[in-house]
Amino acid sequence: MTIRQDHRLIVNWVNPQSRVLDLGCGSGLLLKTLAGEKQAFGYGLELNPEKIQTCIENGVNVIEHDIDSGLSKFPDQSYDYVIISLALQALKRPNETLDEMLRVGREVIISFPNFAHFRTRAYLALKGKMPVSKSLPYEWYETPNIHLCTIRDFEELCQSKGYRIVDRQLMNSEGQTLHSIWPNLFASTAFYKITRDV
Amino acid sequence: MNAHERHLAADNIGLVTPKRFHCDTPLKLTSGRELPSFELVYETYGVLNNKGSNAVLICHALSGSHHAAGFHAPEDKKAGWWDGFIGPGKVIDTNKFFVVCPNNIGSCYGSTGPTSLKPQPPITEADDTDAKAKVKTKEWGADFPLITIKDWVASQKRLMDHLGINQWAAVVGGSMGGMQAMQWAIDYPEQLRHAAVIAAAPKLSAQNIAFNEVARQAIITDPEFFAGQYKDHDSAPKRGLSLARMLAHITYLSDEAMREKFGRDLRNEKIHFGYDVEFQVESYLRYQGQMFSQSFDANTYLILTKCLDYFDPASEYGDDLAKAFERSQCRFFVASFTTDWRFSPARSREIVDALMKVHKPVSYLEVQARQGHDSFLLNVPRYKKAFEGFMNMVDIL
Repeated sequence: MTIRQDHRLIVNWVNPQSRVLDLGCGSGLLLKTLAGEKQAFGYGLELNPEKIQTCIENGVNVIEHDIDSGLSKFPDQSYDYVIISLALQALKRPNETLDEMLRVGREVIISFPNFAHFRTRAYLALKGKMPVSKSLPYEWYETPNIHLCTIRDFEELCQSKGYRIVDRQLMNSEGQTLHSIWPNLFASTAFYKITRDV
Repeated sequence: MNAHERHLAADNIGLVTPKRFHCDTPLKLTSGRELPSFELVYETYGVLNNKGSNAVLICHALSGSHHAAGFHAPEDKKAGWWDGFIGPGKVIDTNKFFVVCPNNIGSCYGSTGPTSLKPQPPITEADDTDAKAKVKTKEWGADFPLITIKDWVASQKRLMDHLGINQWAAVVGGSMGGMQAMQWAIDYPEQLRHAAVIAAAPKLSAQNIAFNEVARQAIITDPEFFAGQYKDHDSAPKRGLSLARMLAHITYLSDEAMREKFGRDLRNEKIHFGYDVEFQVESYLRYQGQMFSQSFDANTYLILTKCLDYFDPASEYGDDLAKAFERSQCRFFVASFTTDWRFSPARSREIVDALMKVHKPVSYLEVQARQGHDSFLLNVPRYKKAFEGFMNMVDIL
């Protein structure tokens, strides 16, 4: 099975035999890879019935749960990793969810589309329209991505909240890992591993 | 295909004959009392494989029976209570699984219960023939002991041993059946690989118990009840049992489903300002109550509602449900229905949260369905598909 490039970066960050909680787990591919490669045990939270069905058919533990309703049912520090892969921007209150994720998990792994990528900037600057692309395929009126942010935005939030960035990875639109001097311009997807500074 | 040929359909079990299991080893009950011996009537569908690894236990709900699928006779109007789910190629696929569905102790459908004959103390030689003549075989009636879900599971375990099954591939049930599946995972963690817990709750709420109590009072205060020994009086508390069923029936349906089915429709064209049936819903409930009271035993109804009230597996583990599940080894499937207000989705979520707390494999879905608690018996496509997906993942080794 070929593994998605963005999942590869996340899998590399996870220690073997960890307990993971994947918010917005989709069809459960990441959890399946984590179980196979890292013997990780965990659950995915998902709302979409079709995706929940796929999880069940894949033998992935999936819980029908609206992340926007909070994580109050999950005890403090009960998971090694709480992951949110390309779903943060679809939440109603991403900042509150991040707080909750850090309460429930020892480490939090986040990936999100960087809205300051040069193509997005160019789209907006030249066309004067909300950018539509392969990674952001929706029109403004129907997009689930209601809280898009940039790398700079995210790091500013981490700083103001006192989150410690343990690691950062960047990926360009071709799925290649990026070591750019201008990440906020060239990275199409950003990956962060954060903890709460204690 | 006409109604008399439904048993011939390719996805139907066909004609089935119930079997009996007699157990002479006394069964010690949670209440402290003991059944010196007992019988379970049960049905099986499909074939047990050589390794005995494809057996699925179906646990029935309150008024259910061992007749879960197929037909007893070609002229039967109704198939088994879960016929839509059990059969060749169905959710619980009898081409793959050997399905076992016992009737529980305390029931009135054939397993040992209040309507069974009570074992009499042996008559000694010293007794004179007069005394011998006086000893009449008699039904248990109100003397039948109160039963718990734990007792049921213990009796099902005896049946399992009798059938030569070492481990269930899955234990499956809705409502009170789901409670039995949970109890299996707690009491016999090594004896099942999967558990499906549908429209259930980890224990009854005060409101649930309250409804049960009103139902019991309807029966007990019926002048025909005679302290449970109504058979001695050639009588039965049918009015009370009918009321109990009417009340329970309301809790099985959702407000939405009742509105859709009956609305405020009148049976005749206008209201008559009287207490006879005026609204369609009244007619329906009365009919349901009457039918039930003619076929069900009142003492059984009392025992079964008490059995529900007593269910609280966490109580043996310091009221910590997560701790109760700690030793369980099976994979769980938990499903609830949005309009179920008897055992609402929040109750299923309590089960799921407890399982997650002790890191047990579980998948959970909250299905949009209009039919309330009864949804678990019905053809709700999303539920059926997910349930099927889960059962397909059940390995038979």
